[in-house]
Amino acid sequence: MAGYAYLAPTNVDEALGALEEAASVGQRAQMLAGGTDVLVQIRSVDKGPRTFVDVKHVEEANALSMTDDELFIGAAIASAVLNENARLKSILPGLVESADLIGSTQIQGRATIGGNLCNSSPAGDTIPALIACGAVCVIASPNGNREVATEDFVTGVGTNVLEPTEFLVGFKIPRPKGKTSDAYLRFIPRTEMDIAVCGAGVALTLDDDGTCTKAKVAIGAVAVTALPVPEAAAALVGTKVDDDALHAAAAASTAAAKPIDDKRGTVEFRKQVVGVLTRRAAAIARDRALAR
Amino acid sequence: MAEAVDLKVVGTSPVRPDGVDKVTGRAAFGADLNLPGMLYGKVLRSPHAHARIKSVDVSRALAADGVLAAVSGADFPSDRLDDLARNVIARDKALYNGHAVAAVAAKTQQQAEAALELIDVDYEVLDPVLTLDEAMAAGATLVNESQHTNGDTSKPPSNIAVQQAFERGDVDKGFAEADVIVESEHRVPTAHQGYIEPHACTATMNAGGKATIWCCTQGHFDVRSLTAGVLGKSVGNIKVIPSEIGGGFGGKTIIYLEPLAVKLSELSGRPVKMMMTREEVFRATGPASATWCKVKVGAKKDGTFTAATAWLAYEAGAFPGAPIGPGCMSVLAPYDVPNLRIEGNDVLVTKPRVCAYRAPGAPQSMHAMECAIDELARKLDMDPIDIRLKNAADEGTQAPYGPTFPPIGLKKCLEAAKNHPNYLKPLAEGAGRGLAVGFWFNIGMQSSAEVRIAEDGMVTVMEGNPDIGGSRASMALMAAETLGVPYEQVKAHVGDTESTGFCNVTGGSRTTFATGMAVVQACEDIIAQCRQRAALTWDLDAEQVDWVDGEAVPKPGVNADVKPLSLANIARRAGRTGGPLLGRASLNAQGAGASFSVNWTDARVDTETGKTDILAFTAVQDAGRAIHPAYVEGQMQGGAVQGLGWALNEEYIYDERGALENPGFLDYRVPVASDMPMIDTQIVEVPNPSHPYGVRGVGETPIVAPLAALSNAVRDQLGFRINDLPLSPPRVLAALDEQG
Ligand SMILES: Cc1cc2nc3c(=O)[nH]c(=O)nc-3n(C[C@H](O)[C@H](O)[C@H](O)COP(=O)(O)OP(=O)(O)OC[C@H]3O[C@@H](n4cnc5c(N)ncnc54)[C@H](O)[C@@H]3O)c2cc1C
Repeated sequence: MAGYAYLAPTNVDEALGALEEAASVGQRAQMLAGGTDVLVQIRSVDKGPRTFVDVKHVEEANALSMTDDELFIGAAIASAVLNENARLKSILPGLVESADLIGSTQIQGRATIGGNLCNSSPAGDTIPALIACGAVCVIASPNGNREVATEDFVTGVGTNVLEPTEFLVGFKIPRPKGKTSDAYLRFIPRTEMDIAVCGAGVALTLDDDGTCTKAKVAIGAVAVTALPVPEAAAALVGTKVDDDALHAAAAASTAAAKPIDDKRGTVEFRKQVVGVLTRRAAAIARDRALAR
Repeated sequence: MAEAVDLKVVGTSPVRPDGVDKVTGRAAFGADLNLPGMLYGKVLRSPHAHARIKSVDVSRALAADGVLAAVSGADFPSDRLDDLARNVIARDKALYNGHAVAAVAAKTQQQAEAALELIDVDYEVLDPVLTLDEAMAAGATLVNESQHTNGDTSKPPSNIAVQQAFERGDVDKGFAEADVIVESEHRVPTAHQGYIEPHACTATMNAGGKATIWCCTQGHFDVRSLTAGVLGKSVGNIKVIPSEIGGGFGGKTIIYLEPLAVKLSELSGRPVKMMMTREEVFRATGPASATWCKVKVGAKKDGTFTAATAWLAYEAGAFPGAPIGPGCMSVLAPYDVPNLRIEGNDVLVTKPRVCAYRAPGAPQSMHAMECAIDELARKLDMDPIDIRLKNAADEGTQAPYGPTFPPIGLKKCLEAAKNHPNYLKPLAEGAGRGLAVGFWFNIGMQSSAEVRIAEDGMVTVMEGNPDIGGSRASMALMAAETLGVPYEQVKAHVGDTESTGFCNVTGGSRTTFATGMAVVQACEDIIAQCRQRAALTWDLDAEQVDWVDGEAVPKPGVNADVKPLSLANIARRAGRTGGPLLGRASLNAQGAGASFSVNWTDARVDTETGKTDILAFTAVQDAGRAIHPAYVEGQMQGGAVQGLGWALNEEYIYDERGALENPGFLDYRVPVASDMPMIDTQIVEVPNPSHPYGVRGVGETPIVAPLAALSNAVRDQLGFRINDLPLSPPRVLAALDEQG
């Protein structure tokens, strides 16, 4: 198509060079991962010319590694690859299931969690899950890497903290210790190939007698950006994550949600259902943590 | 009618001849034709739901890079201006958001798209009319200022184009005799057919004024006559070649792009291809009517219906033509009701002109009535099948719309349902079960067919009905059966408007019935000729020759020491017996048999989110005789899924100015495969006496019953009824909240 160029750098420096070169001559460059958002957008809402810089060949963005304390997940890894990694799935089931919800089998062969976050849609499914498990974004910048917590990454509908000369390399995630687990649930009117009407991610840690010592809750598609809900987390901490605690967490999510009425759902519907999802996701995370 | 026991090929399910090309991507669809020097045409569409067009100026667009032609309404004849012509391109008024206002042709799609922005249209924006309530209210904004209900100019103009009613017996007396009465109101939203292939065509006009059109359509003879009408040309100057078709469901029985493409080709001297985007399909092509139905039904304690009434209002879109006729005629068709009154209203709104969608008009009205009957059964504590059996129409019953039914299969379907393992199976914990009956008239109309025998005996069937549901396979099966040859020896083809005789549209579930009948008759013509040729060879009279199992043989008792002559034997020597074998038939098929169905579904609502899961669905339907049982089942399953989609989530969502907010498959939610359970089917066969093999059309009935079946299942689980569709999660959750 007219006005499109394509570059496939193989490492961070080359990729940064490509972004900088475009910026220096006042041209638009855009990172390309799976293209499952981009290809739809260039045919509909965002048609102008540009240079695509493909992150899928950047070595650092394809890394997947684990130390005792931390995991690193490259931004360019396809969600199907994450889902087939049994070890990762057992360590971070909630995050992996959020990536596994994207689109369909075909879409997941290309789609990445990096693309999901950088697309910065309020309904991006992996975003609440990333926030819940405490993911930190590793951003390649002309002056070296910088790190930003996921909850601070997205600034508005389709906007984020990245400068035109920066891109996302991957995520650092604290390695879950002891009885820690996570879960993500979203609501769509169908079973797949749809966009979240609301979503809830929960990560929590239990002590030996099942009392919650740490929790993080984030909700999606109910505000301009995915929202951490500390009140919901607080409702879980110090409890056995029993029905009362679950209902309190649900109520906190419902209260925190600031959705709009649109073709995908009404305000009342989204507030109510995001609470239900919070409760159900917390129960799943609890059961998973207890099983560790 | 042939005896069932004799059938060898009819009733088997061989692979369809077009299957391999379709699954390997080789089949050519509407957008697949490319010609040298071809231009791309694009349409400028009204951004307003209702506006007076004060002027359209295409001169800046014409001057743009790569643009070779541009047209507006003024470029088309205005002497025979009918609704279709106005829908193809707006004249004085734009009547819906998406209405075509102008079109351009340019060397590339991008140039054509860019040129649209250079067309200057001066609109005077008017108030939209977006709902039936608004349109029918006193003092409503008028979609068409010179329209009077039923043409009665003694009354003030109205958005109600047509009002029709019919009555039988004494309704008041009937209700007075009832022990139980149920009365309810139901709304069903606008739904699109959702065919996967968007409309597309390529047209070229030669210097002599002859146009050729390649397009995806359900009826190329209709494309020819409708395009000729809009352009003021003779049909002899238009040739239409149908492509393979990626779904239609009634939505491709009309034209949108073809006259524009021909005109742009005429002006540019180049072939012009036009393809709608999905957004254009949603904004500008005809969906099914949104409806508002009020029904009332009364019964004795034993379940016998004493009276029923129905009042229907259907959105027509911008021009009259909502399917109120079939809506009214089908609403009580399954039942023998002594006293009834049915009224229909065809109502204009500033939305796209509605078009046929599988059993047009029936799903909506029958949804209302089948919900009411379900409530009646509950009040009487009767099984939903028993109450329907008690009142079911049968051979000899006078249909509410007049005629007396010939043999029909409703009772057999109800009995089959009652004994079906899926109906006897207990319901899963916490789920609900709902049942409903479906019906469609089916139509006959005109068809032609030609059968040609090649020198090796291969049989070519030529007919003129685009194959949507596997009809080429069915034609080949009927031809093979009639001729007494194997299925593999027959190839069926869909000819263009110049290579085959006239056929009405592939619609009304008529193709296997009517065109099939023509194919059978054309084969009988071949058989008669073969008997003649054999007689000539054997020095006998044609009356002394029989046709048995694909061979000419002397009749029993005829003394002739000859070997049987097969189709191949006769064809090889055809030059010596009178020339090539060519059989034909043309007819106006009478006696299309109605097809009834019974559907039930098990469903479970998640009462915390309002989401409904379909756990099981069973469709029982009378096919008369299933020529190709697997494709009959395919029709039943596809119709069930479309009906369930309509009941679950499908709806047009408009903003307050009449712009469609969900013109795509992300937010216009047809079901995906994983939303659906296996749709179990059972074919019932009550042969249609008017067809040589007993065929009834089967394509439309399947979409009718699922709407009410699901409503009734949700009612069964929740213990209260949600009257309106779709049963989308927000609607269901709000209803649950309201119940407390
Ligand atoms: C049929 C279909 C179904 C879908 N279903 C879902 C769904 O269920 N849930 C959901 O959340 N989404 C869904 N999506 C949207 C999309 O698939 C996801 O958002 C996906 O995660 C995007 O990933 P990608 O790798 O394809 O991103 P791309 O399309 O390649 O990129 C998305 C955006 O991120 C930017 N970007 C990508 N990588 C980087 C990087 N490393 N650094 C900086 N910027 C970057 C791109 O420039 C672009 O702006 C669906 C899409 C389709 C087509």
